[in-house]
Amino acid sequence: MSRELTMLQAIQEALDLKLADDERVVLLGEDIGVNGGVFRATDGLLAKYGEKRVIDTPLAESGIIGTAIGMALNGMVPVAEIQFLAFIFPGLEQLLSHAARMRHRTRGQFGVPMVIRTPYGAGIRGPELHSESVEAFFAHTPGLKVVVPSSPYDAKGLLISAIEDPDPVVFLEPTRIYRAFREEVPGGLYRVPLGQAKVVREGEDLSIFAWGSMLRTALRAAEQIEQERGWRCEVIDLRTLYPLDRETIITSVQKTGRALVVHEAHKTAGLGAEIISLINDEALLYLRAPVKRIAGFDVPVPMFSVEDDYLPTEARIRQGIEETILF
Amino acid sequence: MSIPFEHLQWMYETMVKIRTYEERLVEAYAEGKYPVFNIGAGPVPGEMHLAAGQEPAAVGICVHLKPEDTVTAPHRPHHHAIAKGVDLRRMTAEIYGKATGLGKGKGGHMHLFDPATKFSCGGIIAAGMPHAAGAALASKMRGKDWVAVAFIGEGAANQGAFHETLNLAALWKLPLVVVIEDNRYGISVPKALSTAVERNDARAAAYGIPGYYVADNDVLEMYRVSREAVERARRGEGPSLIEIETYRYLGHFQGDPEVYRAKEEVPGLREKDPIRRLREHLLAQGVAEQDMAAWEARAKAAVDEAFAFARDSEYPAPEAALEDVFAASEV
Repeated sequence: MSRELTMLQAIQEALDLKLADDERVVLLGEDIGVNGGVFRATDGLLAKYGEKRVIDTPLAESGIIGTAIGMALNGMVPVAEIQFLAFIFPGLEQLLSHAARMRHRTRGQFGVPMVIRTPYGAGIRGPELHSESVEAFFAHTPGLKVVVPSSPYDAKGLLISAIEDPDPVVFLEPTRIYRAFREEVPGGLYRVPLGQAKVVREGEDLSIFAWGSMLRTALRAAEQIEQERGWRCEVIDLRTLYPLDRETIITSVQKTGRALVVHEAHKTAGLGAEIISLINDEALLYLRAPVKRIAGFDVPVPMFSVEDDYLPTEARIRQGIEETILF
Repeated sequence: MSIPFEHLQWMYETMVKIRTYEERLVEAYAEGKYPVFNIGAGPVPGEMHLAAGQEPAAVGICVHLKPEDTVTAPHRPHHHAIAKGVDLRRMTAEIYGKATGLGKGKGGHMHLFDPATKFSCGGIIAAGMPHAAGAALASKMRGKDWVAVAFIGEGAANQGAFHETLNLAALWKLPLVVVIEDNRYGISVPKALSTAVERNDARAAAYGIPGYYVADNDVLEMYRVSREAVERARRGEGPSLIEIETYRYLGHFQGDPEVYRAKEEVPGLREKDPIRRLREHLLAQGVAEQDMAAWEARAKAAVDEAFAFARDSEYPAPEAALEDVFAASEV
């Protein structure tokens, strides 16, 4: 069975299927029960699975993540929702200091099989703290896997893989494309493996690396530049930000000799820097131009009147492509 | 307890101003967002948390405050800001994202900051509480009698910052008053499903400080307990905790389908409207109808003027987004 679903529906279906498939799976978070989550990702799941499997928690992110760690250490598979990514900050102590380190700290005796799902990113006119992209915080922390889907199909398959993963996974859901488009999504359980990037568009002249909501912006820029200039850009959706799919990145750069990283996170110390460093290490002599980053600015995500100026646009990406190819 | 006439008048007029303001925002916010709700459209895009019905919590304590006293507020901050005396025109311009706003149009309705009235607010639950405690500690260390008031919702009383702050404030006898507005729901979750005690004033005992409870959104009772708490803080005797049972007439945010509460709930609450109750009290005290009508007209005129100012103001330049990350430079 295959139907067209939004990313939000695909995520809801993945949660539904894993709740049915594995009695150890429990959802917890703020307003995920009767309300079905503020974005409705858990809509209907309380009615279907009851309040022991779909738990409305107090407003206490440290408590949510810390309790999930305890559950995961004791035979459960918690999937916690943090209402907006920046609401995780009061809970970072539990995530960074404990969830991420437990396996190493116990020398492999205890793992923490849990998922933190959280809406993230700008573009929906949320103010600061409702629009952050701090994926680099998590990718920088040993012991966490970081996943960002850019399509309904991937969202479902990646979330199922994340729930089945033996280690903690931070699963970032780009709010801007929650309902932006539909695509065919198979019914039933299927997996998209963690740690594998996807070549979404093939090309020979330049490699663009993007994830989340930026993937579609990058794709449109690549299409426009081909029409305008005839250059064919390869567009790669990284999908998992830790561990990075180094092989796919390097193979593409070896082919095209040029690269561009697009992310909506702030530029300084964003993941673009890590990807460029990887390219320098593994493919320096293939490069025909410096690798560019098209990123958010080093300011808190601004208000609605200038939000679109903060986010990388097709125009900024096209300009980056031109500068790189004409270098 | 007798309440000075000017306090009653101020509370009534300010409650009317708050209610008028919030109802005006319901309309302004809805512009351009329908028929299919689009949160990003219209002159006021983004989330909007309104406080119609919660006026007693704000006016009952702010009537006892001076400009030098600090107030911190959460994501639903308009009633607190108005009661603290924040400039209504610049506040409205901020909500409209205009350059003339309190924060140059870069903060929006959850991020109102006004040095003139020492008012601030923010979207992270309980995050303002330790800031208020810090303001109270600064007041004490500088030898002032200024107090700090932290407003939070009942859901915030389960955050770590709530308990950390109360312990610090009690330990150091800080001039702090924490006001918990129990409007029944943390977004959708009723208090009974989020909070281990029925009433949060019970939690004051854990920190050895006075705890007060104001039932049924009663502005006169809020006035009374707040006066005790503020005076105690000003005398240097330490913090207090107040919980007021209040009413949220509107959704958590505008556009909230409110599936978590019965349709009859809000009409039932409106029957006990605190503004009407105060009006009846004033009439019983012998205040003339036409006097109250004049106060109401003055409140509405202030709201009209604020919205006109906001609409007529300009948006900030895009490059303004790069300013104010550090004191002395642009990024």
